[in-house]
Amino acid sequence: MSTGDTWPVSIGFDDADHEGLTIGKAACRTCSKLKRRQVLANQAERSVGAAVTFDGVQKSYDGETLVVKDLNLKIAEGEFLTMLGPSGSGKTTCLMMLAGFEPPTHGEIYLDDKAISQLPPHKRGIGMVFQNYALFPHMTVGENLAYPLKVRGMSKSEIRDRVERALGMVELSGFGGRRPAQLSGGQQQRVAVARALVFEPNLVLMDEPLGALDKQLREQMQYEIKHIHDNLGVTIVYVTHDQTEALTMSDRVAVFNDGVIQQLSPPETLYENPTNSFVAQFIGENNKLSGTVSKVINGECEVELDTGATVHATAVNVDGEGSRTTLSLRPERVYIGPEGTDNTLDGRIEELIYLGETIRARLTVAGNDQFIVKVPNRGSSTGLTEGASVTVGWSTADCHALDPIAT
Amino acid sequence: MTDAAVSPGMGLNQTASKSAPLTTADGKPLKAALRKANGRARRNALLLVAPLFVFLLFTYTIPIVQMMARSVMNPEVANNLPNTSAAIGDWDGEGLPSEEVFAAMAQDLKNGGRSTIGRVAARLNTDMPGLRSTMMGAMRDADEFQAPFKEALLADDDDWGDPRLWTLIKRETRTITPAYYLRALDYEYDQAGEIVPRPENLQVYRSIFWQTAWMSGLITILTILMGYPVAHLLATLPLKRANLLMILVLLPFWTSLLVRTSAWIVLLQQEGVVNNFLVFFQIVDDNDRMRLIYNRIGTIIAMTHILLPFMILPLYSVMKTIPPSLTRAARSMGATPLRAHLTVYMPLTIPGLAAGVLLVFILAIGYYITPALVGGEGGIFISNLIADRMTGSLSQLRLALALATILLVGVLVLYWLFNRLVGVERLKFG
Amino acid sequence: MLKQLALTAAASAMAITAATAQDSLTIVSWGGAYSESQLKAYDEPYTEKTGVQILHEDKSNQALAGIRSQVEAGNVTWDVVDMLQSDAQRACDEGLLVEIEFDEWLAPAPDGTPASEDFIEGTTGDCFVPQILYATMFAYNTNAFPDGGPKTIADVWDLEKFPGTRSLEKIPQKNLEWALMADGVPADEVYELLATEEGQDRAFAKLDEIKGNVIWWEAGAQPPQLLADGEVTIASAYNGRIFNAQVNEDQPFEIMWDGQMFEVDGWVVPVDNDNLEQIKDYLFFATDTQRLADQAKYIAYAPARESSVPLVGNHEATGVDMKPHMPTSPENFQNAVRFDVEFWADYGDAIEERFNAWLSS
Repeated sequence: MSTGDTWPVSIGFDDADHEGLTIGKAACRTCSKLKRRQVLANQAERSVGAAVTFDGVQKSYDGETLVVKDLNLKIAEGEFLTMLGPSGSGKTTCLMMLAGFEPPTHGEIYLDDKAISQLPPHKRGIGMVFQNYALFPHMTVGENLAYPLKVRGMSKSEIRDRVERALGMVELSGFGGRRPAQLSGGQQQRVAVARALVFEPNLVLMDEPLGALDKQLREQMQYEIKHIHDNLGVTIVYVTHDQTEALTMSDRVAVFNDGVIQQLSPPETLYENPTNSFVAQFIGENNKLSGTVSKVINGECEVELDTGATVHATAVNVDGEGSRTTLSLRPERVYIGPEGTDNTLDGRIEELIYLGETIRARLTVAGNDQFIVKVPNRGSSTGLTEGASVTVGWSTADCHALDPIAT
Repeated sequence: MTDAAVSPGMGLNQTASKSAPLTTADGKPLKAALRKANGRARRNALLLVAPLFVFLLFTYTIPIVQMMARSVMNPEVANNLPNTSAAIGDWDGEGLPSEEVFAAMAQDLKNGGRSTIGRVAARLNTDMPGLRSTMMGAMRDADEFQAPFKEALLADDDDWGDPRLWTLIKRETRTITPAYYLRALDYEYDQAGEIVPRPENLQVYRSIFWQTAWMSGLITILTILMGYPVAHLLATLPLKRANLLMILVLLPFWTSLLVRTSAWIVLLQQEGVVNNFLVFFQIVDDNDRMRLIYNRIGTIIAMTHILLPFMILPLYSVMKTIPPSLTRAARSMGATPLRAHLTVYMPLTIPGLAAGVLLVFILAIGYYITPALVGGEGGIFISNLIADRMTGSLSQLRLALALATILLVGVLVLYWLFNRLVGVERLKFG
Repeated sequence: MLKQLALTAAASAMAITAATAQDSLTIVSWGGAYSESQLKAYDEPYTEKTGVQILHEDKSNQALAGIRSQVEAGNVTWDVVDMLQSDAQRACDEGLLVEIEFDEWLAPAPDGTPASEDFIEGTTGDCFVPQILYATMFAYNTNAFPDGGPKTIADVWDLEKFPGTRSLEKIPQKNLEWALMADGVPADEVYELLATEEGQDRAFAKLDEIKGNVIWWEAGAQPPQLLADGEVTIASAYNGRIFNAQVNEDQPFEIMWDGQMFEVDGWVVPVDNDNLEQIKDYLFFATDTQRLADQAKYIAYAPARESSVPLVGNHEATGVDMKPHMPTSPENFQNAVRFDVEFWADYGDAIEERFNAWLSS
């Protein structure tokens, strides 16, 4: 046994199969993103050239509870719209209704102004990328891509051309003869995207397409999908529970909870100006402080916190004087030891975590011991110590008074 | 497993490749080290399977080898008529043998007891019906035989003057014979010792083999037609209802054969439920009730019922692993539901389907009790004839063993063919 | 050593039967009502008398194969086996059975007739002690024939006069005999004719006439069931089964005794058994005149000894007089044919093949 006990480092697995992953041109070219978004959003609102319209759609599986409650949504042509929400929020159900795999219980869905509730999935002409890709394991990559073309009765040479082009688009030229099982997860993902696009649908649905990939690959694929979208100009409806994905890729994000769209906005608005506590909680990190509105003046309000202190906040979603509210504060908008901020409160540092670019401080502020502050790491010692009493402050514009939630 | 055993291999390696072979840190050959490290695990694995191996050897391999050996055994004449066997070798086969042979026979009859002559008489009787009585009678009279023995034997029974009898004895002095295999395939020896087909009204085994095969095939197809949708339903229904359905599918497994048989009789007989129903709705005439049991139809219905789970279970286990998103994907790409099913779903169920086909067909081909109970005269399988012959005389037993061997070889050939066509490693049994 | 033991045991067994080396016997029989009748008539009285325990195995339907494998394996555990005469003959041919010394082993009749002469003629074998005589004959459901049922074998073949499906046992035995009888061959010439190719052709041709209207049965319980269900109107059956249906289940069945074929069932002793003295003692007891007559109290099979016939009494369960239900009673026995075991030993294999071929064609 003795010889087996020590394994020299020299035993290398030189011939081990390293995944030859082709990395796409990931860098995002600057584009007039914001401007386009504005145009698209306006278009959708005015219902001009809306690719998809949900009109009063309700869905129930069991006849007792509504999974989707009165959904009204217009998606503009060429828009990248993400349905974001926790599991069970109804976002996937909406996608399945759009694809035709689930009928709406009430309401109607319009595709290019045509009602499609009675139209079976195969007549809708919608491309779809599924969770776990749904590649046909018994066909080669090429056959997978050719499938929708064959169904459409295209000639062999045309099919060949299109498959070649689609493979080129996802940088998998030369992989056409392989089986899906012989590809890596990222490669399979690209095949799935290519297959959803190869028959040139105007609308492509993606159901958590990146969920099975590891973090690094996921980020890279986000850029690639975004690119394809920019280049082809197709309308994409994208479902995910990952807020980063939603913020990175979308023109607009519809945040779902409890069968209802909580907020439908471009990513910036969603982060900067959440309209309710759920969105504020769900998107990004967020500090909550509970209190009662004592005064409302010009869109600002004075709030008396449960600990007795008084702070000022932007009134976003409050019922008026005397009503309960939850204040929302982004951790990076709070300053320790501030000068010239609109509000200040006393706090105590409970814990400091070194994160490289920032230092994450957990404080007790106004009775909340989960109050997080992100302190930029500027190189010189921050002078913070655990247990120290400090003052924290923020500007009224960064503090949103939203609907009250139980803490 | 010692180093000495390994080193020559290393030497070869060294001369074969110029580069130095890999070694462990202390300089021992890597391959040897690996083998040593894995040897213990392999020994343990071997010990674990050893009981099964021994069990199979004693309960399966040895009996089958014995069965094959017995199906060609033919010791009766040589052992029980030693003098005749020795003397008849010189006979040229023309006319009747010489007095010498008759004398030897008389001697053997006299020496042999009830069971000695009984054995050889029973054996020879299979080829020449009536010979048993002739020999047993001669045995009882053997003490009174006087030379010339030819006359004495002929006087005892004129069958002794039949040249066929002597040709038969001469032929059967060999201790190993293909005779039972010939019989099992409806062939026999003619007077000249040539292999010829048996008379048509005695041919039975080949047609029953054929019937066994085609009925098994039909039953397999029926189980596919019925089992496929059920398996699909099972795989797609919510768990609670799927479990209930699964119980219904497995019910035939849990019901005793007698209960099942009674149920079929109640259902299928001419005064049974099905016929009453058809008569009531005037689909068939009261005087023209259908014969649904005690014939091929009965066997097919009953066996399809029994074997259905063997088709459903492998199909189900495969279907369960096919994500519904695959057919949805196909439909989203424009395929009609039927096309999506045929081009995506069906091809993916082939491993289960093939396993089901193999299971059902091979089980069906060896089926015995159901055809015996509900098959009547037309719906019997080769196993029924085998079982029947098993309980008969020694010759019939050997014939049964020959039939069983042919059946076994047939199944193995089918398995081999199937493996060539589909590939057994692709199958999924559940 | 063993032999000595056995000899000593034999010596003492003569004097005190109860105190033998081994105090149990394994007896193989058919099970069901038949075994029950043996238990009541032979085994319980024997145990009471000697203290020897009787162990039962219901394996007679595979007796030949069973004895063969036990003898081949050198491990004979069956002491006495109940067997059909034809199977007993095959086993005897193969040397699997002990040859019986009738007058030495078995009890004489009360009037002193030696055992070998007391059994009904043609029923004993070299290795076979007959026990009961049973008949296979036709029975019919009286509901099917309100104007009177078939009277002769020829009537069974007459589908016009007596319409309906028949049920026959799925073997050539007896069916071929009946076919010839239906074709007008006198009962005593049947076997002579069947030994010839022409006779067999004639029998099969006659069977062809009703082939389309036959359900073939394989187990003895089937024909009464088929008759009761109305599946068939006439069925061949064992007389004991029909008696049971008539008396115990009140079925409207009638037995047609014309052309009944009777055969015997009896005891055999496998070779290589070191318990032979005990076995002989049991056989001496169980096959005596009174015991055989007693069995008929429980089942409608006739005792195989002539001397037992007058002693047959009433059915134990219902009190029915058993004498008219015996296959051997004079009015039932008028046109009875003895099943010829010798003939079937000679021609059985060949005819069975032809029968199977005929069935599946």
